[in-house]
Amino acid sequence: MTGAEIMVRCLMDEGVELVFGYPGGAVLNIYDAIFKQDGFKHILVRHEQAAVHAADGYARSTGKVGVALVTSGPGLTNAVTGIATAYMDSIPLVIISGQVSTPAIGQDAFQEVDAVGITRPCVKHNFLVKDVKNLALTLKKAFYIASTGRPGPVLVDIPKDVTAHLAVYAYPETVTMRSYSAVSKGHSGQIKKAAQMLLDAERPMIYSGGGVILSNASRQLVELVRLLNHPCTNTLMGLGAYPATDRQFVGMLGMHGTYEANMAMQHCDVLLAVGARFDDRVIGSIEHFARESRRIIHIDIDPSSIAKRVKVDVPIVGDVAAVLDEMIKLIKAGQGGKNAVALAAWWTQIEAWRARDCLKFDRESAVIKPQYVVEQLWNVTQGDAYVTTDVGQHQMWAAQFYKFDQPRRWITSGGLGTMGFGLPAALGVQLAHPGKQVACVTGESSIQMCIQELSTCLQYHAPIKVINLNNRYMGMVRQWQEFFYGNRYAESYMDSLPDFVKLAEAYGHVGMKIERPGDVEGALREAFALKDRLVFMDFITDQTENVFPMVPNGAGISEMILAEEL
Amino acid sequence: MRHIISLLMENESGALSRVAGLFSARGYNIESLTVAPTEDATLSRMTIVTSGSEEVIEQIVKQLNKLIDVVKVLDLSEGSHIERELMLVKVRAFGKDREEMKRMADIFRGNIIDVTERTYTIEVTGPGSKLDAFIEAIDPVAILETVRTGASGIGRGERILKL
Repeated sequence: MTGAEIMVRCLMDEGVELVFGYPGGAVLNIYDAIFKQDGFKHILVRHEQAAVHAADGYARSTGKVGVALVTSGPGLTNAVTGIATAYMDSIPLVIISGQVSTPAIGQDAFQEVDAVGITRPCVKHNFLVKDVKNLALTLKKAFYIASTGRPGPVLVDIPKDVTAHLAVYAYPETVTMRSYSAVSKGHSGQIKKAAQMLLDAERPMIYSGGGVILSNASRQLVELVRLLNHPCTNTLMGLGAYPATDRQFVGMLGMHGTYEANMAMQHCDVLLAVGARFDDRVIGSIEHFARESRRIIHIDIDPSSIAKRVKVDVPIVGDVAAVLDEMIKLIKAGQGGKNAVALAAWWTQIEAWRARDCLKFDRESAVIKPQYVVEQLWNVTQGDAYVTTDVGQHQMWAAQFYKFDQPRRWITSGGLGTMGFGLPAALGVQLAHPGKQVACVTGESSIQMCIQELSTCLQYHAPIKVINLNNRYMGMVRQWQEFFYGNRYAESYMDSLPDFVKLAEAYGHVGMKIERPGDVEGALREAFALKDRLVFMDFITDQTENVFPMVPNGAGISEMILAEEL
Repeated sequence: MRHIISLLMENESGALSRVAGLFSARGYNIESLTVAPTEDATLSRMTIVTSGSEEVIEQIVKQLNKLIDVVKVLDLSEGSHIERELMLVKVRAFGKDREEMKRMADIFRGNIIDVTERTYTIEVTGPGSKLDAFIEAIDPVAILETVRTGASGIGRGERILKL
């Protein structure tokens, strides 16, 4: 077989269903081999960034490894934003890039870039395959590394001559590497210590992140939280791991987290962090956070996430699901109850914080409030949609107002904060889940960063509902300029916007413009009733609305600006 | 605090740049870095001298372990260890300086490995501090060129870094 045929066979043997890609000179042999097979479907995007985002949306919503295929040079550089997005959020992807032929490497050949060098800081690992005999094993390693341990993107760079060279096909069933092994079980002594600490806690807090989703440990998290009767918060990446409509859920925490979640984080005496990494957008100033004393238990599969930003009392390195299983057993068998009075008082305190109703907004407004649109989206889809977003105010409102009850429904670029992510990610989600409701909540600025994918959506019949919260501003930039730059709105106004309805129609989709609050729900119902059409819904929203609560950059987590304080 | 970290990694192209890239991307110091293949040709051994708080060193060790090509990491400074560095110094050596240079090399147990009418090249081996001391001991005007390898380290006795 040729290298190209081997590559295609590897993907089939790996069980790959969809490959998102874009052809070019260095991958022509591969595309020829794809043409001759029917084991997987190739999705032709309109820009390589979108190929990676779509594979990413596929991976986040299914838990499987997403696959993207790009050509050398600009194909690869275009893909870098997508790769870095997946890297920051620990999403398992295998990206295959073409490379110029091995004799041409280093000669500044046409469409040559050092793919391994360019992507090194934003992949879990990468490979340059110089010999066709190593191709199958390398691809096996790529899938293994991407999907085990703390997941992440792996790049395999294949020179064009390697795709033409011949070798005998043999795809290994398993692979072991002396330099890489993924831990699974946590340290039993530490888990025991943690379980007792949780049973004895008087002001407990359970803070769970994207690791719970990645580890498919939502069931265990819910069981633990209910068993203990502790409050639970999710990070932006962790939304859906604990059902948002549950009484014990105190909302998202962090820069735009709820008052009750942030206050409980600051004032708890025992904090259980599960698959979360205490990042700057979550706990704000580390010095302020450390002012209150609390004992911290931290479960994470990546040892380098532990004690990176805050000191931890009980570190547990291991797969979240396995550790929680063991912890639940111990808690069921353990002695608790001594803290019942204190725990009841803690809940009273939390309810008092919750009574501040920090997410309230003006429901009498004559212009559409963006929060209301998301709330109605939740209502119309009965909380059952897959929701992707871009980045900015709309992303935070979607996180705050769409109450996710299940994991893998919320698809957002949390770490890198990539505008342009939402639409291609929605494409990947929709193709992975035909017949399911998929909404892309976006803004007029973000959507323009990958809007060309409307064409891909038509080609592959992806009936996504684009919820464009159009306030004619880069809303989050405008909000920071209002709060911290004396209302000097430098370059944040989006002038000369296209007519999104006509644009959607030009791409062969349905466009809607919604300007009155009274029309929001009806329009959403109408759009979702069009089950086989992509509907671009342009909601003209309040230009001055801000996201509250807000922890200013560098402030403490409990130092929030609330809506009523302005 | 100064730490000396030893690691074994796959002897593959690009492995060195992964380590160097990690240090620059995360803003860690590198005082010196040496690398060469071991008796097992598939493995390279690297010695990195770095400095930082205990928290930073802990992160460095964890991040190094996370690199896929890295097989084993050992912070030599956690136990007793030996470190050696090699330096070559080319010095002006004529007239009355010639005898003085020979004497200094002897005092530091250095070897003169290249001789011309006007110069000596002296090889000195030892911990970094000894090499510093040699440089300080000779007349700075006489130094024409120096080159140092950076430190290599090994644990004492039964402390072994091997697969």
